Formats: sequence, C-alpha cells, structure tokens
Amino acid sequence: MAIWLTKDSKVIVQGMTGSEGSKHTRRMLAAGTNVVGGVNPRKAGTTVDFDGTELPVFAGVADAIKETGADVTVIFVPPQFTKAAVLEAIDAEIPLAVVITEGVPVQDSAAFWAHNVVKGERTRIIGPNCPGIASPGASNAGIIPADITPAGRIGLVSKSGTLTYQLMYELRDIGFSTCVGIGGDPVIGTTHIDALRAFQDDPDTDAIVMIGEIGGDAEERAAEFIKAHVTKPVVGYIAGFTAPPGKTMGHAGAIISGSAGTADAKKEALEAAGVKVGKTPSETARLMREVMS
Amino acid sequence: MDLFEYQGRDLFERHGLPVLGGGVAETPQEARAIAERVVGRVVVKAQVKVGGRGKAGGVKLAADADEAEARATDILGMDIKGHTVHKVMLAETADIVEEYYFSYLLDRANRTYLCIASVAGGMEIEQVAEEQPDKVAKIAIDANVGVDRAKAHEIAAAGQFPAEVADQVADIAVKLWQTFIAEDATLVEVNPLAKVGDGRVLCLDAKVTLDENAGFRHPDHEALVDQSAVDPLEQAAKAKDLNYVKLDGEVGIIGNGAGLVMSTLDVVAYAGEGHGGVKPANFLDIGGGASAAVMANGLEIVLSDPSVKSVFVNVFGGITACDEVANGIIQALALLEQRGEAVTKPLVVRLDGNNAEAGRAILDEAKNPLVERVDTMDGAAERAAELAAAGK
Repeated sequence: MAIWLTKDSKVIVQGMTGSEGSKHTRRMLAAGTNVVGGVNPRKAGTTVDFDGTELPVFAGVADAIKETGADVTVIFVPPQFTKAAVLEAIDAEIPLAVVITEGVPVQDSAAFWAHNVVKGERTRIIGPNCPGIASPGASNAGIIPADITPAGRIGLVSKSGTLTYQLMYELRDIGFSTCVGIGGDPVIGTTHIDALRAFQDDPDTDAIVMIGEIGGDAEERAAEFIKAHVTKPVVGYIAGFTAPPGKTMGHAGAIISGSAGTADAKKEALEAAGVKVGKTPSETARLMREVMS
Repeated sequence: MDLFEYQGRDLFERHGLPVLGGGVAETPQEARAIAERVVGRVVVKAQVKVGGRGKAGGVKLAADADEAEARATDILGMDIKGHTVHKVMLAETADIVEEYYFSYLLDRANRTYLCIASVAGGMEIEQVAEEQPDKVAKIAIDANVGVDRAKAHEIAAAGQFPAEVADQVADIAVKLWQTFIAEDATLVEVNPLAKVGDGRVLCLDAKVTLDENAGFRHPDHEALVDQSAVDPLEQAAKAKDLNYVKLDGEVGIIGNGAGLVMSTLDVVAYAGEGHGGVKPANFLDIGGGASAAVMANGLEIVLSDPSVKSVFVNVFGGITACDEVANGIIQALALLEQRGEAVTKPLVVRLDGNNAEAGRAILDEAKNPLVERVDTMDGAAERAAELAAAGK
C-alpha cells in the first residue's frame, strides 16, 4: 500500500500531446503506471501511440473521467494555461491533480486553491512546480525517475525534486512506500502536514523523511503538527543554511525575507518536536538508517 | 522583484491612488530641476531597497532648489546598510496630521491574501504588532472575491480608522487591491498612509514586490529591473536562461535542481570551515536536463568569475542519466576550448544516481587533468574546498 497513489490509480495527462507531456507519459507507462488517456480539446477523438500503447485524447477532464474512470490527473501544460487546467480538474472533481508546471504566477495558484476550497476540497492538488508523486513498484504520477528505489516502508515528503531523488537513492536498500514532491512555490496544494498525516495513518509506512528549504514557515508548522500528531519516527533535512537573505534561490518560494524563513529557525523547530535533522543529505540518510535498524 | 519607492509611487499614480507630486533624480542637477518645479519645500529621499533609510540619514527636507541640490549631493552615493544610493526621489512635502499603515500581501501559510491595516503607522509594523497588537488588524481576503466597497469598509472598521477618513481609506483600499491584482504583486505596502492638514488621505510611501513568474502577463515590468544592481555575471547568466545567483566565495557551484544546489552550497560552506573559510561563489541550477550545451554555458559563467578558484559540479542523474551528464561535461570543456576560453581551474565532479558507473568511467577515460572525480557529495565538497583554498 501507499498514500494517494496506488497500483489501481487510473491516470490521465493534461498536456499529453505536448513535448514534456508526451515524454513523461512514455516514462510513466514504462514505470507501470496505469495511464488511461490524455486531454487536449483540439485533438479530442484522436489517439496517441506510446510504444504500442494507444492512448485516447479527450476534450476535457470530465469526459476523460466518464470514459475511463480516471482518478488522477498529471498536468504538464505551460504556465499561461495552468490555472485553467487546474480549475477544469477541480470542476470535474478528480480526486488527485498533480501539477508539474514550473513558473505559475502565484495569483493563479491562489485562485485555483480558493476555488478548490469553495468546491469542498474534493481534489487533492500536489504542486505546482513539483516532481509529482511516486509509489515505487505501484504507480508513478509525474517526473520522479521510477527506477531509483524499490518499494519499502519509508515515506518521503519534500519541497525539492533532486533532493528527493538523492535521498531515495541513498536509502534504496530500504525502499519507500510513497515519495511526494510538494514543490517549492509560495502557494502549493498539498503541504508537508498533509503528507505527514497520511503517512502517520498509512499502515505500510514505518518512518518518514521530511525535506524542507528556506522560505515561509511550512516546516515550523509541520514541526508543531509532528509534536502533536505524529508517533512514527521523522527524520528531517533543510536546505539553504548558507543562503543569503533577500535572494530567490531557484524555487520561487525559496527566499529569506528579513529574519523569516531561515534554515536555522526551521531546524530548531523540528528538533524541538523530536525530529532528527541531518546536516547534509548523507547524514540524513544515516539517521534514517539508524531509525530503521 | 522588489521595486524602488519611486517606481511604486508611479504604479500607484497610474492606478489612481493619491500620491504627492515629484520625480526621481540620479544627479544633484536633476534634483534641482525637479525641486524648481515643485512649489515650496521638498523632501529628498534615498532610493534603496532596504528599510531604515531615515535613521541612516537618507531622508532630508529642503526649503528650496538650492538646498535640494545640496541634500541630493549628500545623499547620492551614500551607503545604507550595504546599498549604495544611485537615485533620489524628490517629492512635495505634506503637513502630516496622522500616520497610518496599510498593506496587502500573500499569506503563504493560508494560501490566500492578507490585508494588514493600522492607525499606528510611520514605523515598522512588526514593532507596532509587538507593542500594540490591538492596533493591528489582519483581515483575510478571498482570492476569488477580492476587495469591493463593502469589504473595504469592513477593513476600515477593523483597522479602527477615524470616521472622518473611513471613506477615503475605503476608496484607497479598493484601488490598492486593484493595483495588487492588476500588477501581479505579492506585496503592496503604504507606510505611512497619512492624513494631511487639509483632511486628505495620501500614500506617502510605496513598497511593492512583483511576482516574476507573472512576467509573461507584464512585458512592461522588465523595464523596472534595476540594471545597476544586477551583477554582470547574473546578467550574463540570465541572457543564457540560467538560474544563477552570485555569492561572495571561491568555490564555483554547478548542480541540477534548486534544492540540491542549495544543499551543495551548505555542504561546501561546512567543508570550507576546515580550509581557511572558503565559501561557495555562486548558486547555479542547470535544471533536470543538464545537456552538454547547458553545461558549457554554465561552466563558462562560473569560470569567468575571477574569484572562483575551483568548481564543484554536483549532479544527481535522475531523468538525465549520468553517462549523458559525463559526456556533457567533457563536451562542455571541449566547447569552451573551441571558444578560446582557456580552462585552468580545477573541476571536482560528483556523479550519482542513474547510470553513475558508466558516467564515472567516461570521466576516467577522458583523462582531463583538470577534472577530478569524487563519488560522494560530502567528499567532493571537501576536495573542492581544499583546491579553492590552495588556489587562493
């Protein structure tokens, strides 16, 4: 088992006919993901061949759900069209929408989130600007390389893609239940706390790796949540201890504003909640290894 | 992107908010010319993107054009908390009766917007929140509803604005919201929002942060970039679509993925503590693809930084396998040679992840004397710091 994405998940791709969308649809299929179709109003009714797998293209998310029973959408459309794509997914009430697109204006993210709240949060949104979600050996929705690690009993939630891959790789002998990349934007759908809660409730996850970075106070709030609600061991890592204030470090949300959002503050909050925090990714892996031994 | 006060003021004016007349000057002569157009006293304000300029002597009154020129001479070139003053804004003076505070900002935690309003303005709002928390109103704004007339009055009431200014404050609240949305801002702050002698309420300062991700909707925002503050290397990197931030150390950093590169900076800084305090020279994320051409562009930028003494290339092969990355590095070095760029600084390369063995073999076979392979991130950081210290 895993959280949110299992071998039974039926995945559609918004933007499947674009270059990124088609490249990653092929990769998701190769990873064993049950991709059942794509969405593009201009190419509705056609099919696309992915190395022998013919996938139908639908006019909209609602049509795709009706025809295929899809319960996950992965969104690869360019930033200009991301808001409309997510709103469509929310209106179709698809249970999980994974927004890979980088560079989405924050007002657009705030707008689709507000819409999701009005609609009763029937759709779990992951991202934007994220690598997606992978349940090794079962399904892969997004761009996380599928062959880094086999299935196992560690859960991982991270703001960063490559740091996720790094930790998956270092702990591949133990394996992961689910890895969730929540993205590095200022406004995101699924938070560290959402993932921590789900891993805490997942009988197939024994311990959790949580990766954060400078900017905002999501890690501090996650620390409070861990203190109050998480009994499984959590190992943490924070990137950006030496980042200068006022500079955006790659991710739109990774910026220290005044004295807020520093890595030190996040580390302290996590340690106060009983989380072991590694100084480097390798030390973090070692701490997790101790927990799992 | 943070704007200068004068840019914020212009934006406010364009959206119909009440601001005082004035202009911006880069020389004392320009300052004089603006002061001559203004009736009466002027205020000369240093344009820096940092708080506390008043205390630092960056804001002065001038009775006439002569004095304005003299004050501009004093302030231009000043250093305020590490920011050199290249521009001054000159504005009409106002006879301030009361100072308020008003802002809209992104509330990351609640994934919505927040209005902060207070009748105790003119000082840091954090300080007011600490000393007089009952004087600071925080009102959540629904992203899909925004601020209409009714919401604006709700804000004015929550902020305890006096009855005689409530209508004006509500009017400003609506227009400021329209500015916030129309310009894709993540912060608009007016401190002080002031009631002046004739009863008008005016925006006497403007702090604006714009969302760079929304640039595609705002081609005009490009002109607001402060070219004087942009590091030439950052400028060159931007022209090549590279995500580069100049830092002040000696170890050049190239990696794939923002999180991994941030982590690399940390690991190098820790390693540097044992090597005379060498530090990372830059942040450079070449992205998931890491093709030879992008690697060459990245190397070119990093190697052209004279303070760089060694380079740490830290790549985790995910979507792009390590053999492709290794070929990319070798090709990049060849490309640089073809361009006539003599590469003389040592490169420490750490490849891990997808096809790491094959990638490492390619580096070994190439036998480039400048390229040293270290297979762990911590070990490679240690070696890069050591080489940088030796090259200092």
